[in-house]
Amino acid sequence: MDFEINETQTELVDGIRRLCEGEFPLDVVRARESTERAIDRDGWQTLGDAGVFGLCLAEEAGGVGLGLAEGALVFEELGRSLIPGPLVATHLAAGLVEGAAEGTAVVGLVERPRPSASSTALPIVIEHLADLDVLLVLSDAGIERIDNPAATLDARLLPRPMDPLTPVWALASLPTGEPIAGPDVAAWWRRDGAVLTAALQVGMAQWSCDLAVDYAKGRVQFGRPIGGFQAIKHLCADMVVRAEVARCAVQSAAVTVDQPEVGDPDVAAAGAKLLADEAAVTNGRSCIQVHGGMGFTWEVPAHLAYKRARVLSTSFGTAHDLAEALAQSLVV
Amino acid sequence: MDLRYSDAEQAFRADLRTWLEATLPTLPPKPDPNDWPGRRAYDTHWQRLLFDAGYAGVDWPTEGGGRGASAIEELIFKEELERAHAPYVGVNFVGLLHAGPTIIAEGTPEQKARFLPAILQGEDVWCQGFSEPNAGSDLASMRTRAVRDGDDYVITGQKIWTSHAEVADHCELLVRTGPEDSRHRGITWLILPMDAPGVDIRPLSTIAGSNEFAELFLDEVRVPVTNRVGEENDGWRVTMVTLSFERGTAFVGDLLEAFELLSTSVTLAQRTGAWDDVGTRREAGHIKAELDALWALTRRNVSQAARTGIPGQGGTYFKLAYSETRHKLGEFSLGLLERAGLAAHDVEGLDDAGVLPAQTVVEDWLRGISLTIAAGTSQIQRNIVGERILGLPKEPQSQKG
Ligand SMILES: Cc1cc2nc3c(=O)[nH]c(=O)nc-3n(C[C@H](O)[C@H](O)[C@H](O)COP(=O)(O)OP(=O)(O)OC[C@H]3O[C@@H](n4cnc5c(N)ncnc54)[C@H](O)[C@@H]3O)c2cc1C
Repeated sequence: MDFEINETQTELVDGIRRLCEGEFPLDVVRARESTERAIDRDGWQTLGDAGVFGLCLAEEAGGVGLGLAEGALVFEELGRSLIPGPLVATHLAAGLVEGAAEGTAVVGLVERPRPSASSTALPIVIEHLADLDVLLVLSDAGIERIDNPAATLDARLLPRPMDPLTPVWALASLPTGEPIAGPDVAAWWRRDGAVLTAALQVGMAQWSCDLAVDYAKGRVQFGRPIGGFQAIKHLCADMVVRAEVARCAVQSAAVTVDQPEVGDPDVAAAGAKLLADEAAVTNGRSCIQVHGGMGFTWEVPAHLAYKRARVLSTSFGTAHDLAEALAQSLVV
Repeated sequence: MDLRYSDAEQAFRADLRTWLEATLPTLPPKPDPNDWPGRRAYDTHWQRLLFDAGYAGVDWPTEGGGRGASAIEELIFKEELERAHAPYVGVNFVGLLHAGPTIIAEGTPEQKARFLPAILQGEDVWCQGFSEPNAGSDLASMRTRAVRDGDDYVITGQKIWTSHAEVADHCELLVRTGPEDSRHRGITWLILPMDAPGVDIRPLSTIAGSNEFAELFLDEVRVPVTNRVGEENDGWRVTMVTLSFERGTAFVGDLLEAFELLSTSVTLAQRTGAWDDVGTRREAGHIKAELDALWALTRRNVSQAARTGIPGQGGTYFKLAYSETRHKLGEFSLGLLERAGLAAHDVEGLDDAGVLPAQTVVEDWLRGISLTIAAGTSQIQRNIVGERILGLPKEPQSQKG
């Protein structure tokens, strides 16, 4: 057993970090705030060229042929850069939707609501609709495909999205799309989607922590850096612990998917997503708090990670669902 | 201890209820949340209606145009307004809840005559210029300077986070009149007319995308010495009076609004089926207990204020506890909306039972973040409780004073 990341993996992380810093600095990402199209197609293509979307696709199928462990490492870096768009969905769609692996297509995903006994009062909400070439609909039965969804669906753009880089549309019901995969694929998409989304969340949890620690070292009140006050020091310490615990859970889940003999991949994925969601949301709020009044401004980016973390918490399993699944797994 | 209201208090409530039923339907439509001149017009019109009916400044002395009733009636007033969904104080917040009470406590007879009626009649809107870029939690380190020149003070410096600055007529301004390092011993409380030459207002955007606060640049602004409240260099003590009001009963309307949000959320949960989940129900039950207890704490604080004239320590307890409960409530409501909460915009539900209150829930969740920051951060409040109330040793501070 050796749970340390190896040399090739380190190189992969360094490479993707350099790419993100070069191509997706925060001011470039923020330039698209509060627009209907948050995704820059050239940037998407750059991610495709770098192998982000085809990373876990077999080499024979035109992919890079790496495992989910590498996928999680790469997605943590993407999370850290706050890159918007259906990164996880497009990654999952590689090999199934033409252009996904290469980054020439933007592929979105939405859950088909489960039929329920009670009145379902909630509408279906789709992210990034205007940018999507293909929308995939995920259900227990499998995956359906809807091409050119912005033109096909009767969806309404919602003003004032919570995350200014995740525009959202609402619609009452989804038509049936073209079936492209069955229940087995749907199940592993749910699992891998949870792990990769959790990896994005860990990246953001770390980003919020770094931003807060930086500020706590520089901001002076009462004649000393605020990080010198225990109240702030402890907020920061809790942030890094939360991020690190979640990171281990995510990487362990990713490796478990690659090496199913070491554990139950579904259970590991659910736990990882649960903790990573919590870490990203809680660190987002702590980061705002450490910034005081500054944290409540639009200009300071602290709110972006907090809001995105909230958005990501609603897909590939909510806290309720994940905790419930984990509880079930305890019953022998 | 007696929680029953007197006959007079009940009569006050009944009359107010009748008046609200007759008056609220006559109000114009609410302005867009980002239309600040429109909001000012709306809020001040409402204040004028209250004044004409004798409901402005319920617990203010009659000399200033107030009703001269007790803090208990003021509490009933807020309770009934919230119950009837009447407008909130809005841009009148600083005038009614900080500047006005400070002038009542510390102002000269001339200042009282000049400024108090205008607040109650909805003529004057106030803002608060305390915080500076480098003096937030450490307010006593502020640097905005005022130099005496004949009958004027000449003021130069910068303030930040000034809520409603763009639509305000006056600002309760703290300035440094003592030596640079005099900290709380060299601060003076002034009334700044916002249209004075040399005042430059630059709006700042909040995380909710609204321009509710601003930066204030002051370049050799002249303010007459007659606008000073309290003595020169005694502004810190004057300020503590204001802050105790801010942390005291200023959140009553807000608390009552929270009850409302909880009940909206429960209705929502019943519609979506989330109410079938035992975890959801228990979470709601816990929040209910906290809100009830905070309402009890409010009545304790108000009773104390009615006896002594100033809110006691309870205000600090309230602010700390309330901001956490409100955060819990925000998370709870937002969770119930699931993905419909991904925009601050109401969405049509699918069960023909009307729209889902996503706008209220998301805005409330965002605003909730400011509760642990504005008017003294929770960290600072905990220090106050620990050091000033419990008498625990102070944290090491590298600066004297
Ligand atoms: C929505 C909103 C409206 C506001 N409106 C007004 C207004 O109208 N007028 C006005 O004057 N001000 C206003 N404020 C400003 C508010 O009072 C300040 O933001 C607050 O006092 C904190 O100061 P700061 O922003 O400089 O943060 P800082 O003081 O820099 O604090 C940064 C962090 O350090 C922590 N910290 C600082 N000192 C200590 C310590 N000794 N021990 C432990 N932790 C510490 C704080 O808790 C915080 O987490 C408003 C703020 C907000 C968010």
